[in-house]
Amino acid sequence: MSLVTNSIPSDRTDTLGRSEAFSSHADVADYFALLKPRVMSLVVFTALVGMVRAPEALHPVLAFTALLCIAIGAGAAGALNMWWDADIDAKMTRTRARPIPAGRVEPGEALAFGLVLASASVLMLGLAVGLVAAGLLAFTIFFYAVIYTMWLKRLTAQNIVIGGAAGALPPMIGWAAATGTIGLEGVLLFLIIFFWTPPHFWALALLRAPEYARAGVPMLPVVAGADETRKQILIYAAILAPLGISPALFGYAGIAYGAFAAVLGGLFLLLAWQVFRRRGVVGEAAAKRLFGFSLLYLFLLFAALLVEAIAR
Amino acid sequence: MKHDKNGIVLTEEQRRVRRRRSLALAIVLGVVVILFYAVTIVKLGPQVMNRPL
Repeated sequence: MSLVTNSIPSDRTDTLGRSEAFSSHADVADYFALLKPRVMSLVVFTALVGMVRAPEALHPVLAFTALLCIAIGAGAAGALNMWWDADIDAKMTRTRARPIPAGRVEPGEALAFGLVLASASVLMLGLAVGLVAAGLLAFTIFFYAVIYTMWLKRLTAQNIVIGGAAGALPPMIGWAAATGTIGLEGVLLFLIIFFWTPPHFWALALLRAPEYARAGVPMLPVVAGADETRKQILIYAAILAPLGISPALFGYAGIAYGAFAAVLGGLFLLLAWQVFRRRGVVGEAAAKRLFGFSLLYLFLLFAALLVEAIAR
Repeated sequence: MKHDKNGIVLTEEQRRVRRRRSLALAIVLGVVVILFYAVTIVKLGPQVMNRPL
């Protein structure tokens, strides 16, 4: 039997015998959207801070390469997440315009895109910068794409608590890129993002609970109710506020950073308290405010660490 | 998308999108080549010239 088939192009296949679905309509912007650029920018920023705070300096070309690899690795994890979650994304207003549910990118294309970028970024980081950083990046991608996306997200209300570890690792990768090790300050930065993630996402989940319920995602407000979620937000905010100051308490950051972090932490706690106390339309507004401020909080905290490191 | 006896015939918009994808891929490949070159020079330093002639 011949291994070569002489397929005749039909109105459903091209000259290579591929189906019409494989003639991609996707634009460059669609592939870029698969990388979740907004998440990627936060990842790059926190990784940069981890790198700059490290006691050893990296050559600028290698630092740029490391940040590029971390960005691409984070983007790859985002693409793999969109590939797996296309069914959920199609059911939610916030995500239904993403390239896969909108039909602009084939799921298989997104999978291949994610896998190629993940492999390339880890390999490049390992060759150019170091094996510890590359190992951490590989673990981060695996944790986000497999542990969080494929396993925890649809299984438990603690999905974003555990899955948040993936988003918290970039400063440690940045630190490891510069030093080749994992330092205590890197761990503190990890803990700040780790404890920041639940109140950030639960504030959003409070506002989008019906959509999560419709999509079958067991977010905390869907499973345990809004009141329990408000309580958990307050608890995590109470842990986060002192953690934000911890780099100064451990002597890694200066007094100015400590004071700034204390003010930011106090504001975070105040907004979490308002979410805890308020109900109805006022409660929704409080959740919206907390969600917006949480983004600003993380940015300002890490910006302060960056400025301090540069000024040193 | 149209089809004729030779298979799929792309529309003008699909051609334009394909051109953009090809261009983006070319730029990415170019950046990777430059990056590998720069990283090699940085990592090897003056040793890059140390070879038997």
